Amino acid sequence: MPNTSIMTFNILSILPVLILAGFGMMVLVVDVLSSRKMGEKNFLAYLSLIGVVIAAFLSKNFTGTTLFSFYGAYTIDNYSLFFQFVFLLCAGLTILISKNYVQRENINYGEYYTLILFSTIGMILMASGADLLNIFIGLEIMSISIYILVGMKRTRLTSNEASLKYFLLGAFSTGFLLYGIALVYGATGTISLRQIAVFIAGKGGVLDPLLLAGMGLIIVGIGFKIASAPFHAWVPDVYEGAPTAITAFMAVGPKAAGFAAFLRIFFIAFGQVHQDWEKIIWILAVLTMTTGNIIALIQTNIKRMLAYSSIAHAGYLLIALVAANNMSVSAILFYLLAYLFMNIGAFAIVIVISQKEDSFLKISDFSGLAYKHPRLAIAMTLFLLSMAGIPPTAGFVGKFYIFSSAIKSGYVLLAIIGVINSVIAVFYYLRVTVAMYMRGPEREFQPLTLSPFIFVAIIISIIGTIQLGIFPAKVLEIAQRSILLLR
Amino acid sequence: MEPYLFYVMAATSVVAALYLIFEKNPVFCALYLVFSFINIAVLYVLLEAQFIAAVQVIVYTGAIMVLFLFVIMLLMVDVKKKQKDDLPFQRIPAMVMGFVLLVVMGLAIKSKLFQGREGEYTSAKVESIGHTQLIGKLLFTDYLLPFEMTSILLFVAVIGAIILAKRKV
Amino acid sequence: MITLTHYLVLSAILFSIGVVGVLIRRNAIVIFMCIELMLNAVNLSFVAFAHYLHSMEGQMFVFFSMTVAAAEATVGLAIIIAIFRNKETVNVDDMNIMKW
Repeated sequence: MPNTSIMTFNILSILPVLILAGFGMMVLVVDVLSSRKMGEKNFLAYLSLIGVVIAAFLSKNFTGTTLFSFYGAYTIDNYSLFFQFVFLLCAGLTILISKNYVQRENINYGEYYTLILFSTIGMILMASGADLLNIFIGLEIMSISIYILVGMKRTRLTSNEASLKYFLLGAFSTGFLLYGIALVYGATGTISLRQIAVFIAGKGGVLDPLLLAGMGLIIVGIGFKIASAPFHAWVPDVYEGAPTAITAFMAVGPKAAGFAAFLRIFFIAFGQVHQDWEKIIWILAVLTMTTGNIIALIQTNIKRMLAYSSIAHAGYLLIALVAANNMSVSAILFYLLAYLFMNIGAFAIVIVISQKEDSFLKISDFSGLAYKHPRLAIAMTLFLLSMAGIPPTAGFVGKFYIFSSAIKSGYVLLAIIGVINSVIAVFYYLRVTVAMYMRGPEREFQPLTLSPFIFVAIIISIIGTIQLGIFPAKVLEIAQRSILLLR
Repeated sequence: MEPYLFYVMAATSVVAALYLIFEKNPVFCALYLVFSFINIAVLYVLLEAQFIAAVQVIVYTGAIMVLFLFVIMLLMVDVKKKQKDDLPFQRIPAMVMGFVLLVVMGLAIKSKLFQGREGEYTSAKVESIGHTQLIGKLLFTDYLLPFEMTSILLFVAVIGAIILAKRKV
Repeated sequence: MITLTHYLVLSAILFSIGVVGVLIRRNAIVIFMCIELMLNAVNLSFVAFAHYLHSMEGQMFVFFSMTVAAAEATVGLAIIIAIFRNKETVNVDDMNIMKW
């Protein structure tokens, strides 16, 4: 049994956050103090990587404890620790794939790493926040850091544009989220998730229209962050314009954090009125999957294709949200971990293939890759097959658990639509594979310069994808132990 | 007295907001927004939130909107140049959408069923502690975590402003 | 007598005006101002709820949402300056390098 304790104020409980913040500031200071002749500034990446690793070890120490600190504002349970692990892994892998990329693109500032660490703090706060205020602040720390990271390549117009689009639409959606929170607060008189649940339970399942409107607006606000369908218009442009390493980061991190908050709000606070929100999410899930997959079919740019595929993946995750049983929570946790490995792996290969100023990003630029760099082609194929959900990869196991959780709760039609969608998805993932293996090279491939950093990132991603695909039992067991304590 | 004040402030803030969205010159837009914000600050006083009213005037109109004006002047967006603002074909659907949103929200507000959980801070109690003292006390007890996290948020904003807007990094 | 409903309706009106403004304007700075109007409308709801429910949570939330608005304004205007340096425009219709 996990030992439960309530502490009013426990600074140790946010130790991983403090470590990340401290290392973030240290990176800034070291960057300023280092003289210009130190040139490459490799130590920035080392330093931030050390911070992430220390934070991961510290958060591992909390395993098994359930703890509310800061007057009940911050929760530590296995659920939030699982998400902390996902976020820290995401930040670590992003730093690994960034190191040479930022040097190539001339954006090797200390601020780059600092903002990655800070946005990870925001994500951790979103997964651990026990009231709507902390979730909101976490979401803003994460989003504002990423607005800046997207526009980091200031001299390139696509980066500026992506940053502006993401910022304007993000701030717009923040307005909706905030209004939703206000209405929920007004209807229930509290912003604490548990108190909201207690209040709704006290009313015996009758639903206030004001509360319903608030729930709808919260869905709009978070639906934007996880890139679900009617609110997805920004995704392809922003993913294309952002520096590729940041695209990898924002395809995984904010999505995982958005789902962490989504699950916490809708399972804990609105758990009793499941029948009122399941239909909305049902429609969102179908729309998201279908839009993502259909439009991905006609893309020619690899980053845009991966953007639409990330929309489709949000759709699959929403299926599990509709199902709303314990199995679906562990399915979402497992799928997010699998998605982390395969997505960052794929973007790492894209970074290796592309050249300075993010050129060579068309799908046709991948043709003939198998003849020139067979190992890279094999790795890319593995990641794409995993995204398509073909066994024996992580993506297959993840999709399997998501669909079976939907069937378990009786959403057979939704599961069938999900399966049809994953069949459609196979086409566009295969297009890249076909280009790599069946067509001759359309351009000169540069001799490969695989730095140890990105090499390690790709190896970790490959191991993760295969490990989760062939031996899912261990991770699945951890995921099952990390489900939300619903009541 | 109070109802009249409410209606006057509400009407002027709505009119100022309407001017904001139809005014061509961004400088005037900013000024209309300032006007609307000050009216809202008066409403905060009516709602016995004096501290929030003061912060609204100092931070929102005093800092944020002045920043807006600075940026408008800095960029010297040429107001005389004919700008193809507000596309006509998007105007009607947008207004219909806004109206639908308003009706939906209005219905939700009108058919409100629950009386939310009453808190402990009645006007008399807030009065006896002192409004600003109470907020200060809450910030360092119940709201300590978000308060500390806000420092990271503001730090991020400073980093962002420097890295994005500095002429040479 | 002014009730909670009065304040909520006013807040809904201001919010809707803000939404319409975001959708019909093309100047990035003005769009951003409309977003600020939306945030203010929400803050009014929070304070009104807090007053009529006798709870401080709403007012505290407004305190934090103002901080968030300040941080967003800083970053947003920095982004607008960065794009202006490269392109000499703040009109969102001119942002058309990337197409759907």
